[in-house]
Amino acid sequence: MDVIKALREVLPANCVLSAPEDTRPFECDGLTLIRQIPMVVVLPENLQQLQRVLKFCNDRQVPVVPRGAGTGLAGSALPHPAGVLLSMAKFNRILHMDVRERTATVEPGVRNLAISEAAAPHGLYYAPDPSSQIACTIGGNVAENSGGVHCLKYGLTLHNVMSVRGLTMAGEELLLGSHALDAPGLDLLALFVGSEGMLAIITEVTVRLVPIAQVARCIMASFADVEHAGDAVEALIAAGIIPAGLEMLDQAASRLVEPFAKCGYDLDAAAVLLCESDGTAEEVEAEIARMADVLRAARATRVQVSRDEAERLRFWAGRKNAFPAAGRAAPAYYCTDGTIPRKHLGRMLKSIQAMELRYGLRCPNVFHAGDGNLHPLILFDDSDPDSVARAEAFGAEILEESIRLGGTISGEHGVGMEKLNQMCSQFDRQTLDAFLGVKRAFDPSGLLNPGKVVPSLHRCAEYGRMRISAGAVPFPDLPRF
Amino acid sequence: MDAVLDELISRVQAAADARRPLRIRAGGTKDFYGNAPRGDLLDPRVWSGIESHEPSELVITVRAGTPLREVEDALAATNQMLAFEPPHFGEAATIGGCVAAGLSGPRRNSAGYTHGGVRDSVLGARLLDGRGRLLRFGGTVIKNVAGYDVSRVLAGSLGMLGVIIDVSLKVLPRPATEATLRFDLDEAQALHQLNQWGGRPLPISASCWRDGQLWLRLSGSQAAVSQAAQSLCQEGRGGDCLDATEVISFWRDLREQNAGWFAGATALWRVSVPTTAEPLDLGDQCIEWGGALRWVRTSMPATTIRERARVLGGHATLFRGEDRSQGVFTPLAAPLAAIHQRLKEEFDPARIFNPGRMYEGL
Repeated sequence: MDVIKALREVLPANCVLSAPEDTRPFECDGLTLIRQIPMVVVLPENLQQLQRVLKFCNDRQVPVVPRGAGTGLAGSALPHPAGVLLSMAKFNRILHMDVRERTATVEPGVRNLAISEAAAPHGLYYAPDPSSQIACTIGGNVAENSGGVHCLKYGLTLHNVMSVRGLTMAGEELLLGSHALDAPGLDLLALFVGSEGMLAIITEVTVRLVPIAQVARCIMASFADVEHAGDAVEALIAAGIIPAGLEMLDQAASRLVEPFAKCGYDLDAAAVLLCESDGTAEEVEAEIARMADVLRAARATRVQVSRDEAERLRFWAGRKNAFPAAGRAAPAYYCTDGTIPRKHLGRMLKSIQAMELRYGLRCPNVFHAGDGNLHPLILFDDSDPDSVARAEAFGAEILEESIRLGGTISGEHGVGMEKLNQMCSQFDRQTLDAFLGVKRAFDPSGLLNPGKVVPSLHRCAEYGRMRISAGAVPFPDLPRF
Repeated sequence: MDAVLDELISRVQAAADARRPLRIRAGGTKDFYGNAPRGDLLDPRVWSGIESHEPSELVITVRAGTPLREVEDALAATNQMLAFEPPHFGEAATIGGCVAAGLSGPRRNSAGYTHGGVRDSVLGARLLDGRGRLLRFGGTVIKNVAGYDVSRVLAGSLGMLGVIIDVSLKVLPRPATEATLRFDLDEAQALHQLNQWGGRPLPISASCWRDGQLWLRLSGSQAAVSQAAQSLCQEGRGGDCLDATEVISFWRDLREQNAGWFAGATALWRVSVPTTAEPLDLGDQCIEWGGALRWVRTSMPATTIRERARVLGGHATLFRGEDRSQGVFTPLAAPLAAIHQRLKEEFDPARIFNPGRMYEGL
């Protein structure tokens, strides 16, 4: 209690929330499977207040969990029961838009889409576009190294961030990167992007803006078999084409979104592929023709090219609304983001189909196919503990299968709390220890977002035992619903 | 495990036990770069060869001691390339040295999907650290956020964290067409033009200004390149379209700093600034990367050059020059220096790897 009282002394009253009705909205991020009410929530309004919070927490050894918009899907912003949940929501100003330099300098609480909207009058935009871009913030994007549907051609957050300012837990100011294309010393910015709020608190981000393409057109291609669609993805890349977007929906996903988004998907197709080209009108026309040829040769049963911008947006509407559609189709859904070599896409989809039967749960699939990044949407009933347990086990098995196929457990959502167990499978103990060493180098006290991303030795031992005995619910002490 | 790797691990462990520094060096093509190398030689060329290259996965995994030439040839055979167009600085260059030096070539600040430096192409790596641990970071897929991205930090680390064992790199299709244009512009005009063009969707893949002339390379589809060339020539001053064979050697010589402008004994500074930074007025210049990279020949004192770069939002490196005693890299701010020290402590507690190559005391 005296922590809360002390925080009220360093912050204005409206910046400290401690009543249960005020702290409950912060009990989870976009991963609703794991919840924890925070001891207290603070929402500083400026750098001085933030520094005071960190100094207080550092002096008193109170853990701090940073949070952006709370749209993360891996539980990276899950509160600590005895810690401070630090919301950066009030750091929401665009500080400087430098049109000539093609950069935007913003506070971490600025929404992803707001940057592109502010840049649009100048013919520029911020390229990474996670599905949650209307709500998610750039601070969270940097913390998670967020992706989106244009990563293959335009890169991840990592490739589009020039510099980050931050504060360490000890209150030191950091400047990583620069407005130039490199900075002296080790490339700590590369290490920092995707570090899930465990190394420092972000106070300012400068992103690179890129010119808006003159024209974009999209092909919607149907396939009679998911493996054919997977082969088509491989064929496009092998032909030397880097599509601006390359997304796949399986039949269950198309059928899920079509009534909702009315985008004209071929509901008889086993898989639908969306393949976009952008550039000048002539360039796009030539590329679309090449893409269509490759897709037909790869056994596409139907190839439809968007005739105008409205139709292109309609093609995308289904893909972009897959999550809300899943939310409508079942009481709850669980989405993981393992990534695999593209050549195994078809095989993975068939494995997931087999798992659907085994776990007794439906699982429509949308993919960032160009990146091999899976987004299975496991539909379950969150009021039924058995259904919850099956959904979790289903998700975990997909992640294990991703590792087996030579991929990774997370392409863009992060590890957070969600994938701690599978970190034990993907990395050996020495590498996990090296990650802990990196954390110590930035945060020697270990107070910043503790317990995320890197599993303890004990946890990996437990996970190993659980996988041997198979089926037991992991960590029964964790609060669930 | 492979006997070669066992041997490397034993050598590192013995060096750590004895606290005897190791100088990680393969072909030695970049001996000139960074502070003076010291320590017993450890040559990673014992671990050489391409582990895998899957063109349709856009990834190549290579042992660190593999010649850079061999990697580029293998990619070219499937019409692919390393996006960052690395300088070799000699026939003996290896992929490990290329990554550890972290130097990118003319394509670094290109528009579109080939934009990026060495670190932007690194997907994963195995590192032999100073504790004798063989660590595997990242992987072989383009999107991977599991664990901290240590593999990308190895790009430009100058061996201070350990021996790179192998590395997985994102590769890209070669552009279908390239064209080079030349304009007569003074420095201020060239910088203005480059920044103005940079804000438009033009397929610019390299630029070079020196001696009153700006060379501009366009890369992409036939349609995009010819269209851009046409419109740039209409609006630009000069805008000669150059002979294709002549320009191949032009961009290669720029990348390799062969003769010509780069010859001579005067110290060569690498000044990295925002593209929009005003003219430096420090000496004779060659400007690349749309204005972001400015090579300067000057005998001005390091403090003057560093201060000028700092004021403009960048930093300056003594790239080639006789006297490295003042340190070749811009010193780090105190909090960053402390993090460097702690990272060194974590990965190389006995301080055996390339001591002082990046900074004295690291």
